[in-house]
Amino acid sequence: MNLEFSPEEIAFRDEVRAFINENYPKELAGVGTREDLTREQFLAWHKILGKKGWSAAAWPKKYGGTGWTSTQRYIWSEENARVDAIMPLPFGMAMVAPVIYTFGTEEQKEKYLPGILSGDVWWCQGYSEPGAGSDLASVKTTAVRDGDEWVINGQKTWTTLAQFADWGFFLCRTDPTAAKPQEGISFILIDMKTPGVEVRPIKLLDGGHEVNEVWLTDVRVPVENLVGKENEGWTCAKFLLAHERSGIAGVARSKRGVEKLRSIASTELVDGEPLIQTNDFARKISQLEIDLTALEFTELRTLAAESAGKGPGPESSILKIKGTEIQQRLTELTLEAVGNYAEPYTAGMESDGSNELGVGPDHSHFVAETYFNMRKTSIYGGSNEIQRGIISKMILGL
Amino acid sequence: MDFNFTEEQTMIRDSLSRLIREQYDFDTRRKVVASKDGWRPEMWAQFAELGLLMAPFSEEDGGLGGGPIDAMVVMEEFGKGLVVEPYLPSVVCGGGFLKRGSDAQKAEYLGGIMSGEAIFAFAYAEPRGRYNMADLETTAKKDGSGFVLNGHKAVVIGAPWATHFVVTARTSGDRRDANGVTVFVVAKDAKGVSTRDYPTVDGRRASEVYFENVAVSADAVIGEVDNGLPLVELVTDEAIAALCAEACGAMKVAHSMTVEYSRNRKQFGTAIGKFQVLQHRMVDMFMEHEQSVSMTYMATLKLDEDEVTRKKAASAAKVRIGQGGRYVGQQAIQIHGGMGMTDEMAVGHYFKRLTMIDAEFGNVDHHLKRYTELSAVDVPMAAE
Repeated sequence: MNLEFSPEEIAFRDEVRAFINENYPKELAGVGTREDLTREQFLAWHKILGKKGWSAAAWPKKYGGTGWTSTQRYIWSEENARVDAIMPLPFGMAMVAPVIYTFGTEEQKEKYLPGILSGDVWWCQGYSEPGAGSDLASVKTTAVRDGDEWVINGQKTWTTLAQFADWGFFLCRTDPTAAKPQEGISFILIDMKTPGVEVRPIKLLDGGHEVNEVWLTDVRVPVENLVGKENEGWTCAKFLLAHERSGIAGVARSKRGVEKLRSIASTELVDGEPLIQTNDFARKISQLEIDLTALEFTELRTLAAESAGKGPGPESSILKIKGTEIQQRLTELTLEAVGNYAEPYTAGMESDGSNELGVGPDHSHFVAETYFNMRKTSIYGGSNEIQRGIISKMILGL
Repeated sequence: MDFNFTEEQTMIRDSLSRLIREQYDFDTRRKVVASKDGWRPEMWAQFAELGLLMAPFSEEDGGLGGGPIDAMVVMEEFGKGLVVEPYLPSVVCGGGFLKRGSDAQKAEYLGGIMSGEAIFAFAYAEPRGRYNMADLETTAKKDGSGFVLNGHKAVVIGAPWATHFVVTARTSGDRRDANGVTVFVVAKDAKGVSTRDYPTVDGRRASEVYFENVAVSADAVIGEVDNGLPLVELVTDEAIAALCAEACGAMKVAHSMTVEYSRNRKQFGTAIGKFQVLQHRMVDMFMEHEQSVSMTYMATLKLDEDEVTRKKAASAAKVRIGQGGRYVGQQAIQIHGGMGMTDEMAVGHYFKRLTMIDAEFGNVDHHLKRYTELSAVDVPMAAE
């Protein structure tokens, strides 16, 4: 056991750091994780990484991934977090791609993987429905075989950034008579430009347009858009969720968030003294940082087990639960830290003609919105209660 | 980065685990704890035979060439078996000080620690000093070439079984000054040393140790006169890492006993483990244990880093383990219901040990404060 980086790993870190410093788009520096970005802003870094061959840090090499070790991937996240890089979105990269290269045909791999690697094709996730949230297996959207086509009808919801999507992957019921709800579901890819696909925005409590409803009315897609076997889509769905969970911990980003919180708490004043020097607040930050360290080392242990050949298993549920709890506490403490200036609603303000954004210190902008927005994290990707159910069943055997 | 154990470490774990399973079952432990001496010297001899006492020492010092990770492996198994024998006081603390002593001290004491013939206890705490290692009322006054010790050391774990003490005393400065702390090795049978022995609530033995004009020679000083605090802090951080490993072992067993109990215990016509409210709580216990393991690895692996990094790592781990241990212990009792309250169920004994681990070498509040102080960086000038 040791924590040291080998000379090769140190060289790798230096190479990565230099590449990021030279190539990360200057205009996106510090823009961070705010959701109101344009499609081009979301994809800018992804496309640069695609050209370099570094967009798919976690894929196997033979599909165009980097083939990096778990330590290299750790270094990679850390280095990107240093500049708050807008990373490739998970929907293509971390969700559908592993399903395609694990369960898909050779033709599907050839057709879909290159666009995901390059960042040219944007994917969205058609999982949840109005009646199928945590109980995902109760999806009602149907796909009925008609000659060489599937005819799809139904409604999906909470579809993140579908307004930009070129393609979507959808869970559809293909056998309504199956004995168990998990049976009879298929994993089908839909070109979002197909007639009958309609994307309707949902405005969230933070004021942003991040998720959508996707209505599917007699949408016809070729039969070859089925991934894996007919009626066995639940296998793909579960596999995808385990992959999604392992990336969801967001350790490097939260570490950067703690640094920012420290810097905010160093300038905010309480009775003329920096907030960070008050015992109460300083210890809240310490506790958060300690819990983040526990998460970080739990993730490192998981990554090490993964590179020893064990795929992401139910253990990744811990990373999801603890990772999202920490992200939420971080935004909560940041909200507390800015005090009065949490209140102005920057997006709702009329411009005063200058280039200044909002009122109050820059670090107070969007802090409340981000706090509100981050409540989603313990709900999405399988709510944290669902994750506890997974651990209870799969690990504790209850 | 590497989280694998060496072949030797795996061997230590396996053979120790077997020994505990075969000879340290819960009923045997209860009898031992209730016996006059409260421990089994013959078990200590077996630990020595397995090489456990030599494992964390360098080959140069006559050990097996391991280090803190080997101690971590041993302590985790000790935690699983609620072993009372004094590995932490004697090998981790006593050995931790003496392997950094003079050549003469190494020659005199390390062999005994590794063979198990010498047993050390670490007399650091004082009735009014709480967790501050420099808050000392015990004094060592210069007398000719040697020193004379006077004072009262509190809750010295393992002292009734010890042959020697490592003692902290003030040689100069004011009561809580960082400077002026000196570390001594004192034989328990030295003239003027007396003890009041007692059991602890978690089944071990401890003593109040009194030093009354105890004369020691200059050779008894470990490290530098007046500048002993950094050494004390280093060994204490090593002890914290080892203690965290013990807590991990105890948490693991308390949790798995609870899961097992919930499978068998029926109420309302069904196993209580089928109730979601209990399932989620047992998942939370599971996560507390997993994170405690992660923190123990982290603190152990950072023991050889720079002073601030090491101290922060040890404090972070102690905070997390204190909180995790409390949660796991309390919930284990709750889910066992009335049975969890009985002396005959092992789970209560794990709860007691986990509770006392928080109280040793600084509790959650102490280490959260220490971590916070170590994190305080130069704050930029606040805007006017």
